[in-house]
Parts: sequence; structure tokens; C-alpha cells
Amino acid sequence: MATADIHIKESAPHGDHHEEHEHHTNFWTHYIFTTDHKMIAKQFLLTGIFWAILGGAMSVIFRLQLGFPDANLEWIRPLLGDWITEQGKIDPEFYLALVTMHGTIMVFFVLTAGLSGTFSNFLIPLQIGARDMASGFMNMLSYWFFFISSVIMFTSLFIETGPASGGWVIYPPLSALPQAVNGSGLGMTLWLTAMALFIVSTLLGGINYITTVINMRTQGMSFSKLPLTIWAFFLTAIIGLLSFPVLFAAALLLIFDRSFGTSFYLSDIYIGGEALPNQGGSPILFQHLFWFLGHPEVYIVLLPALGITSEVIATNSRKPIFGYKAMVGSMLFIAILSFVVWAHHMFVTGMNPFLGSVFMLLTLIIAVPSAVKVFNYLTTLWKGNIRFTSAMMFSIGLVSFFISGGLTGIFLGNSAIDIQLHDTYFVVAHFHLVMGSASFFGMMAGIYHWFPKFYGRMMDDKLGNVHFWMTFIGVYMVFFPMHYIGIAGYPRRYYSFTNFDTLNSFADLNSFVSIAAILTLGAQGIFLFNFFYSMYRGRKATANPWKSNTLEWTTPINPGHGNWPGEIPTVYRWPYDYSKPGAKDDFIPQTVPFSATPESNLPHENELIRLEKEDDDVIRVDDKES
Amino acid sequence: MKEEDDMMSDIKLVEQPKRPLAMNAKLFAMWLFIVSVSMIFMALTSAYIVRQAEGNWLEFNLPVEMYVTTAIILLSSVTMHWAFIAAKKDELGQVKLAISMTTLLGIAFLVGQVMVWGVLVDMKVFLVGNPSGSFLYILSGLHGLHIVSGVIFLLIVLVSTFRYKVHSKNLNQIRMCTTYWHFLDVLWVYLFLFLLFYR
Repeated sequence: MATADIHIKESAPHGDHHEEHEHHTNFWTHYIFTTDHKMIAKQFLLTGIFWAILGGAMSVIFRLQLGFPDANLEWIRPLLGDWITEQGKIDPEFYLALVTMHGTIMVFFVLTAGLSGTFSNFLIPLQIGARDMASGFMNMLSYWFFFISSVIMFTSLFIETGPASGGWVIYPPLSALPQAVNGSGLGMTLWLTAMALFIVSTLLGGINYITTVINMRTQGMSFSKLPLTIWAFFLTAIIGLLSFPVLFAAALLLIFDRSFGTSFYLSDIYIGGEALPNQGGSPILFQHLFWFLGHPEVYIVLLPALGITSEVIATNSRKPIFGYKAMVGSMLFIAILSFVVWAHHMFVTGMNPFLGSVFMLLTLIIAVPSAVKVFNYLTTLWKGNIRFTSAMMFSIGLVSFFISGGLTGIFLGNSAIDIQLHDTYFVVAHFHLVMGSASFFGMMAGIYHWFPKFYGRMMDDKLGNVHFWMTFIGVYMVFFPMHYIGIAGYPRRYYSFTNFDTLNSFADLNSFVSIAAILTLGAQGIFLFNFFYSMYRGRKATANPWKSNTLEWTTPINPGHGNWPGEIPTVYRWPYDYSKPGAKDDFIPQTVPFSATPESNLPHENELIRLEKEDDDVIRVDDKES
Repeated sequence: MKEEDDMMSDIKLVEQPKRPLAMNAKLFAMWLFIVSVSMIFMALTSAYIVRQAEGNWLEFNLPVEMYVTTAIILLSSVTMHWAFIAAKKDELGQVKLAISMTTLLGIAFLVGQVMVWGVLVDMKVFLVGNPSGSFLYILSGLHGLHIVSGVIFLLIVLVSTFRYKVHSKNLNQIRMCTTYWHFLDVLWVYLFLFLLFYR
């Protein structure tokens, strides 16, 4: 074929160039300051896992306080030191810090950097057929900004006044005034510094992802042939590119308020009877700016998980994804809508009720594309030859959480009902299911599914199943009761409920939730063992262990820098030709031309054979001209 | 650079529909960077409008000096473009001259902006005080920081020109610099008009 000839000629120097790199790597350039997208992805993954353990441990510590308010926690003193009071309780301010840091860590460091950073970096070049990211250097910078940001955030846990404790949403004036809470002193300064660096990291990564998807696709890989994972990462990066700068602007004004005495967010504040000099600011302004990032952030967290799920469910149902275009369309629609619904977080700030109705309407419209996605997942599963691999289990788990958590979103999106439910455990239950657990399950599905490509070995499927069932049941045991607690009126972020008679009736349910949370966290130990054990001792992977269609499985089992030793494969078909009637196997990789599969081609695909040949002609002509 | 050009030509050869999107990857990344910087300023100017609508807003006229700095940066865009056109024609002497002029105009703009701040202080408009003034300082200051980055970029291009790395066959760097500088110019004009009309 002419295509092949030309590419050997043209991209041979290109390939050599990369192999040349390989010869020169040492420990530092290979593992630490690497520009290989696969190694950077692993760096993001391991840092993400570190943060997930820390964030999970924090949640268990504050669940101990919530579930067992009378217990003596003296035994954690070796870990927390003076954050345990003399009565053997968690210091109330440290409780707030724990809640804040749990939110910050999970939303940004685990589910943004750990999820997007890992899988966008790993899968984009592999699945679109590129040697690396558009700029390997920027990619490396992206990780190292994230690393420095991580170090600063981690340091803030150990300072005397404690880390930031105004909630992960850092509303001023609470976050602006050190007099308000100890954590708003140095802890908040470190938080803002870390987040500024984090934003730089996300933008560097995002610019790279978008550029790579648009500019570096292999021949034949049109947008309509992209795997849904890539669509998801692509849209996620666009959302991030548009929303994170706004958080930066919000944080910048907050920094000026905190450190330079301006009054963007502060006005008419009295402390100990004395008025502060700040006049004319508006705390609501911060909320608008924050949620303009904050809401899209939900989809930055969720879309990659949905993309991974699409891929895993189609592969393991051995069926084409149902409604590919509807999937792309609904993700696009979600991405657009995510920018016009932010004020549904602010229904109780005294906003104009008419404006509230507008935001309510827009919010409820998100249910439409979300339902389309759920419908398509279920119809893909329907009558499929389902293989219950660990990745598949976690993907199905994601669909379950997406449904049960999405339903409560319809409640909360109503401005009238939100007045009752605002800032209660109902909200906590809602977003932990639909955003937290769903994205976490997507991340797990991705790890189990692509582990063979990461490390060339398989993770243990039995342990994976145990991990799945314990986590799945555990998550529902933790978050389902919270709906009841929330409807009963339990406000979130409270240190203790023992002072309110009305709230005592659910004390036992709170203990139940805490026990479930401890068990769920414990189950992650199984995953950690499986992950690190399989990295060195796991069963050796075959080239295409899941019999999948996408390009990453055409690389060697342990791909080097440059991914494909020879030329980059050409793509002829979409990635979801599973169980095609008439075909020999139940999957046809994207690299197989239609001319090679006359037995299974549909009439319009037979027409494409002619185009495949015409393409070759075009190339031959161009080649002579140039 | 060479490597990417190869890639681009690959894509052009094989798949026709991709041509309109396949621009140089670095230039494309530059455009995305410009988008994200625009978002920062969109957020700040939106915040300005929201805050202004709440009342308690100090009213003052923009200092006349600001018209001068605006003229300076407009002029710098002209010299920048002159540099780019000269580079296309391989007239390296002109490129050096034009880039140096742009750099000097950029620095002059920065000095001018600092002087504007001085005039504002004389007018009793301070960073700390009514948000009306604070916004002005933040917007011009943040834009100034970007101008600093633009000046550094200009110096890098100037050095490459002296090393004969900028010419009609290698326009990437100067094209990116031109794009960025025009963007900073347009951004300032936007901010200036915004501040002029939303008093």
C-alpha cells in the first residue's frame, strides 16, 4: 500500500529520533524528569493514590467524631498530637480543617489531577496514535507544578495553626480573616499558593491535551472515529481551560483581600465590637466566581470517568457502544450546560427568585443528557456477552451511582426544595454518590482495565472482585443513610450534634455510617495490595488481554518512548466493532481496513473500501508533487 | 520544529478534512493559552460589573496619561507587525530594528502604567479602599505582568534574530510572539474601553 511506503519514508527519522532518546536515559531522565507521557501518567497516578489514602484517612477520622461523639480518641494522639484535646476529643477547629482538606484533596488532587492527569496523559497519545504529547516538556512541567503544589498543601497539614479550615469552597469572610478561625491564617495562605500552582499545572496539562487531540491524530483517526475516552478527556480539558482561570481570578482577589487590605469580598465586619476598615466588598461576588469554576469542576471530575466507563462497558459487553453520536453529543451538551448552572449552589444567598428559576431550569436540563448517557450504558449492556472483569464491575458500579446520585440532583436543583435541603447531609449524600464515588469507580475501572498497559502485568481479578463488592456495598452503606439524616435536618460540617435534641434520634444511623466508612476504607487496602503486588508479581499480560479494538493494544506489551517501534498504525474504522455479524472474531481492531473484512461489511462500508484505495491514490499524487 | 513540520505534512497528505485544524502545535497551544488568559480577565471584568451594580462605588475619571499609554501600546503592535512582515521578507535588519522598537515601546508602556498609578494616588484613588479603585489597580497590574512576559518573549525573539534563527523559512517563533503581542494589545484596549465606559 502506498500509505505504508510513504510513512516509512517520512516518519522513519521521526521514529529514530525517539529511539535515540531511549539510549540516553538514566534513572533521573527515565523515572523522575521524564517527558514520556506514559511515565508522567504513572507519576500522576502514584501521587493521586498517595493523596487518596490521605484524604480517605481524614474522612475516617472525622467520621469517628461524628459517629461516636462520646468515644475517647486518646489512641490517635501519637498521630495527631495536640489536635486531640485533653478530654480525648478531636479539636473542633481541627475537625473543620479535616473536612476542608478532605474536600480539597479529593476534588482537586485525587479526582482532577489523579484521574485526568493519569488517564488523559496515558491514553490520549496511545489511543489517537501519537508518539507523545504535543509538548513533552510542558507535560513534565505540568506534573512538577502539581508536585510542588502537593508539597505545599501537604506542608500546610503540619503547621501550628493548622491547614485551611473554611471548607473546600473557602468562602470569605471566613477564609479571609485569620481572626475567624485559626486555619485562615498561614494555612489559608498555603492553600491559596498550592491551588495557584495547581491551576498552572492543570492549564499546562489541558493545553497539551487539547493540542494533542486536535493536531496529532494518526492518519484516518477522524473525530468520528475517536474512542469515547478521548472525547471525554478532550471536553474535560476544554472545560478546565475555561473554568480554572476564573478560580485563579477569584483566588487572586482573595489574596489581595487577605494580604494587601483591599475589600473585594469584605464589608461591614465587626470583630469584638470593633469595625474592620474594609468597606464596600461583597462576599456573594466570591461565590459567583468560585462556582463558575466549582460547577464545571464537577464535570471535570466526572467526564473522564464516564469516558472510561463507555470504553470498558463496550469492550466487556462485546457490543458496540449504543448511540456513539448521542454519547458524544450528550457529553458536549453537559460541557456547555456546566457553565450556565453555577448559581444553583447559591439559591439561599438571597438571589432574585426569578434568576433562581432560570438557573433551576438550566440545571434540570442537565438531567436530559445524563439520562441519555445512562440509557446508552444500559442498552450497551443489554443482551451483551458480558465479561465481569474487575474493570467492568467498577464501570457498572459507576452507572449505579450515577443513577442513584443523579436522581437526588433533580431534588436539589429545585430552588424551592433546596431551601430545606441546602447544606444538609442530603447534599453530602448527593455529591458523594454522583461525583465522588462515581468518579472514583471510573478511576478504579480505568486502573484495572489499563493496568496491563501500565505495567505489562495483570491485576488479580478475584481480589478485584472482592475489592469491588466491599467498596460498592460500603459506599451505599455510607451514603444512602445520609439522605435520611439530611432530610431530618442535619447540617453538614457540624462538629457535633449532641446539643440538639431533635437530631439525637439519628445518632445510631450516624454510628452505622461511620462503621461502614471504616470498612470501605479498609477494603481499599485490598486494592493497594493488588496494585503493588501485581506491579512486580502479577501474571504477565498478553498484547491485547481484553480483546479490545483501540490502538493502545497494538503497541508492544511494554511500549517504549515513542509507543510504536515502527510506523504509527493507520485507522480505518470506529473503535466499537464488537460482535459484528459475519466477522470471524467478536472484535475488529481499528487498524483493520474494510477491504480485509468483506464478510462483515455493511453496504456503506463496502463503499468505504473504494475510498481507502482513493486515499492511497491521493497520497501517490501528492507524493510526486512534493 | 522540524519534527512537527514533518508530522503536519503527514497529516495533510493522508486525510484531507483535517487540514483546516492542523496548525503548528505550538502556535495552537499559544492560542489556548490566550483563551485561558482571556478567561481570567473576563472573570475580573464580570466581577467588576457585578460589584458595581451593588452601589457604594467611587466615581472618578481615568487619568489622561492612560490615553497616552494606550497610544503607546497601539503603536507597539504596529512595529511588531512590521517585524513580522520584515521576517517574512528575510530583511533581518528591519526585523532587529522593529523588535527592538517594540520592546522599548513595551517597556515605555510599563513605565507609563506605573506613572498612571502615581497619578491615581494623587487623585486619592488607592489600591486599598473602595473596590472601584482596587479593580483598576488589579486589572492594570495583572495586564502589566503579562506585558512583562511579552517583553521577555520579545527579547528571546531578538536574540534568535541575531543568531539568524528567524527568517522566512522559520517564522514559528516570531509568529507566536506577534500573536501574543497583538493579543496583549487587544486585551489592553478592551480593558481601557471597559474602564472608560463602566465608570
